[in-house]
Amino acid sequence: MKKLALFIIAILTLNTQPLFSQAPKTEMAELMRSDGRIYVVIAVILAILTGLILYLIRLDRRIAKMENEK
Amino acid sequence: MKKHWWKILSICLLAYTFIAGLLGPVPRLPLLQETIRNLYFHVCMWFSMMILFTVSVVYAIRYLRTLLPKYDRASRLYAGTGILFGLLGYSTGAIWASYTWADPNIPLLDSFSTIARDPKLIGAAVALLVYAAYMVLRDSINDIDKRARISAVYNVFAFVLLFPAIWILPRILPSLHPGNEGNPALDVKNDISSSMRIVFYPAVLGWTLLGVWITQLKIRLKKLEDKQFES
Repeated sequence: MKKLALFIIAILTLNTQPLFSQAPKTEMAELMRSDGRIYVVIAVILAILTGLILYLIRLDRRIAKMENEK
Repeated sequence: MKKHWWKILSICLLAYTFIAGLLGPVPRLPLLQETIRNLYFHVCMWFSMMILFTVSVVYAIRYLRTLLPKYDRASRLYAGTGILFGLLGYSTGAIWASYTWADPNIPLLDSFSTIARDPKLIGAAVALLVYAAYMVLRDSINDIDKRARISAVYNVFAFVLLFPAIWILPRILPSLHPGNEGNPALDVKNDISSSMRIVFYPAVLGWTLLGVWITQLKIRLKKLEDKQFES
């Protein structure tokens, strides 16, 4: 089992080796790296917004629960 | 779920603001460059503050007409959120000004003395301080009825003072702040371009609804606290 795993790893690394050496630029669908990476900024501020909104929703639920207990 | 629709609307509008605000087309202006996108954030803070203070004064007047404590509570908490938005507007404005108004050739602290003299900044500071005094005044009165009545009257005064402080005086005096001629951000003919308007108006609504949401939570919490205090 261990040998097989090692063999697979060896094959994989050998196979990827030429990929690293050549292919200086492979155009893929790289949304997050285009337009000066502005999309990264959008992802960050959306993450902050999501966090704040989730916090508000949790607070809302907790207060609703307290109101129902009364 | 029915009564939560405006919260969902607020989330959607804010997400739209953040995405379209950074990606949407904006006019290419010298000096401002990409910072023109701050319109969706900095200016919205002041718009929301104004709306929240208006709600606060409406509740203050309703309190004076009915003397029901729930209106006093709402008035106090809407003013609190208004101050929060005002402070955010002030600090975002400070950042924005230090990269657009300040002369890059002289140190920031030196150009600060010219920026700080801008009437719009002084007016906004006066307005915020008047509302800060509202909070101090409230907390200094121990009698509940007296506190509610005096602070409701003061709230009306503070709201009236907003107009000369941030709307009238800065426009009479020479100011670096834009929007001195006519109706800033609302003038359809020759102000912000239409590509910005389709982001700006939803942004104002989204931010204001977020402020209302926060205030609603505070009001409900305060109500529970008061109930616990009574029993």
